[in-house]
Amino acid sequence: MNATVASPVKKPRSRKIAMPYLLLLPGMLWLITFFLIPILTLVKTSVNMDLANYDPTTGATGSFWGNFWYAFRTHEAPFARSFIYALAATLIALCIAYPLAYGIAFKAGRWKNVLLVLVVAPFFTSFILRTIAWKQILGQQGPVFRLLLDLHLVTYQSHITASAGAVIAGLSYNFLPFMTLPLYSSLERIDPRTLEASGDLYANAFTTFRKVTLPLSLPGVVAGTLLTFIPAAGDYVNAEILGNPSTTMIGNVINAQFLRTSNYTLAAALSFVFMVIIIAIVLFYISRAGTEELV
Amino acid sequence: MADASTSAKGDLKLANVTKSFGEFTAVDDLSLVIPEGSFFALLGPSGCGKTTTLRMIAGLEVPTAGTIHVGNTDITDMRPYKRPVNTVFQNYALFPHLSIFENVAFGLRRRGIKDVKEQVDKVLNLVELPHLAERKPTQLSGGQQQRIAVARAIVNRPALLLLDEPLGALDLKLRRQMQIELKWIQTEVGLTFVHVTHDQEEAMTMADTIAVMNEGRIEQMGSPADLYDNPKTAFVANFLGQSNLIQGKIVDSDGDSHVVDLYGQKVSVLKRRTVAKDSSVLFGIRPEKLRIQPDSHDKPGNVLTGGKISDVSYIGVSTQYQVEMPWGQEIMVFEQNDDGVPPLDKGDEVRLSWEPIFSFALDGNEDATAGVDVEPEAE
Repeated sequence: MNATVASPVKKPRSRKIAMPYLLLLPGMLWLITFFLIPILTLVKTSVNMDLANYDPTTGATGSFWGNFWYAFRTHEAPFARSFIYALAATLIALCIAYPLAYGIAFKAGRWKNVLLVLVVAPFFTSFILRTIAWKQILGQQGPVFRLLLDLHLVTYQSHITASAGAVIAGLSYNFLPFMTLPLYSSLERIDPRTLEASGDLYANAFTTFRKVTLPLSLPGVVAGTLLTFIPAAGDYVNAEILGNPSTTMIGNVINAQFLRTSNYTLAAALSFVFMVIIIAIVLFYISRAGTEELV
Repeated sequence: MADASTSAKGDLKLANVTKSFGEFTAVDDLSLVIPEGSFFALLGPSGCGKTTTLRMIAGLEVPTAGTIHVGNTDITDMRPYKRPVNTVFQNYALFPHLSIFENVAFGLRRRGIKDVKEQVDKVLNLVELPHLAERKPTQLSGGQQQRIAVARAIVNRPALLLLDEPLGALDLKLRRQMQIELKWIQTEVGLTFVHVTHDQEEAMTMADTIAVMNEGRIEQMGSPADLYDNPKTAFVANFLGQSNLIQGKIVDSDGDSHVVDLYGQKVSVLKRRTVAKDSSVLFGIRPEKLRIQPDSHDKPGNVLTGGKISDVSYIGVSTQYQVEMPWGQEIMVFEQNDDGVPPLDKGDEVRLSWEPIFSFALDGNEDATAGVDVEPEAE
């Protein structure tokens, strides 16, 4: 082809190709600086020394598998608690958020926007403050304890704070908006006529929910549960404020190792193991939920 | 089964049905009988109450007053899923997460029917889309979705099939084709179809009987030809096709005709085509019934002289003229281009003539422009 003819055609084309990359650049730089480099540093830190056979005289570095396995084996309980508490909190949040999102999407009418603002309103105050507030709510002077006392379910000697239940309650509460918003957005997208069509085709309200509403809102359920489960599993604030020494989650251990004991190698290895487990769970969950089937 | 979805059969009867939303009365004391097996159209402009009427029959709205029966079964307060009624929704409302097969099978499965596969295949063959059974609704074109929506409803063999603006989302050509197909399907399955539309052509092509609705009431009901030829109100005259309505006065009666004075010129109208409370009438004549000639011509029958052509549009098969009459009114005339005579020009002096049997007369106290500029459908 003649070069003089080709060049005016070629120039805007190459610019077209470059444009998406140009748009990606700020995000990529951000990810590289604040995610990729720290992760690599973390991995490097996690093998700074041999965790299982620590010998300060030799300063020998550890192996990946040796250190990760050691970190996992020595902290099985906090790991297990993290995932169990997060799972419980996710299920509780789902049970609360689904009716809430359903109500906002289908029944709220002109109050829709007001209710959505109320859902995110807790974000206007600090996460720590809200968690401390829960300590007051669940405390012996708080309304929950008073009610349970009147129902003779607790005595003056017992307490409901500083317990696994309190940690789970705190997690459920703190991550509720992350569950509600994706659920709302997928419910809100459902054409109300499809629900009418279901009723028209001999399905009662419950069957309509089971066969039409629920399957159509599954993308929201998947997104909401992931957005709740992942941060809840890594959280340490709730266990710190609402828990006791036997409700320690993996976040608390990592926090303590990094900031108090200064065992960076162990902290980094724990963080890495935790990340791998989370990724494995998420991949398994998404493959089972089959999101592509839903749309 | 205990519910009425399979047992109730017969005519649909609406008796004194009223539906109010707060202050607003959407449907006002409506009574109507739709015979079993007919193709019935509720025709009217946006907000006339036709969709509300349909939704009350489907059970999606509860009437404020009145009763609805199918045969001898009172379905007024029956839950939608218990009614012997299925609906083809506007924009189809297919289930996006289910295959075409499962969409069509939905109603059968809910009722616990045994030979689901057989029945679904049969109805997919009827709408000529058996090869799309495994697809998802979003993979289908608008026309195909429309046919699946019909299939999903008729597979249940309801006593009544309700169609809510079923062709509104299709383009003109496809709409014409679907009109013919829907009519054919209705003949084939022999169900009662109740069709809601704002499109008069759609109603006239398909329906045996049309009820023209306006402001929550039925203006007039009858066959398409009857409504077109014998409108009883100015709204019907203007909403179905176009009409020239001229203010006049009955000045004499002669045998089976009235003599009407239109701004000084005398014309006649048959008594049986006159709906008037007193001598004041709206004299009506359809544009295609008018003949237009240069003013020197002499023609028998009814004649109005002194017109002047103010606009000419040549559209191939016909020419449309706007003729300004001495009293200032614009009269519309459609002339078939079948006589080899070149069209007249703007500014020509003309006289209009017609066979007296074609004219009709309405109550002169009505608004002559009712139904002319009704808003097109909002959705």
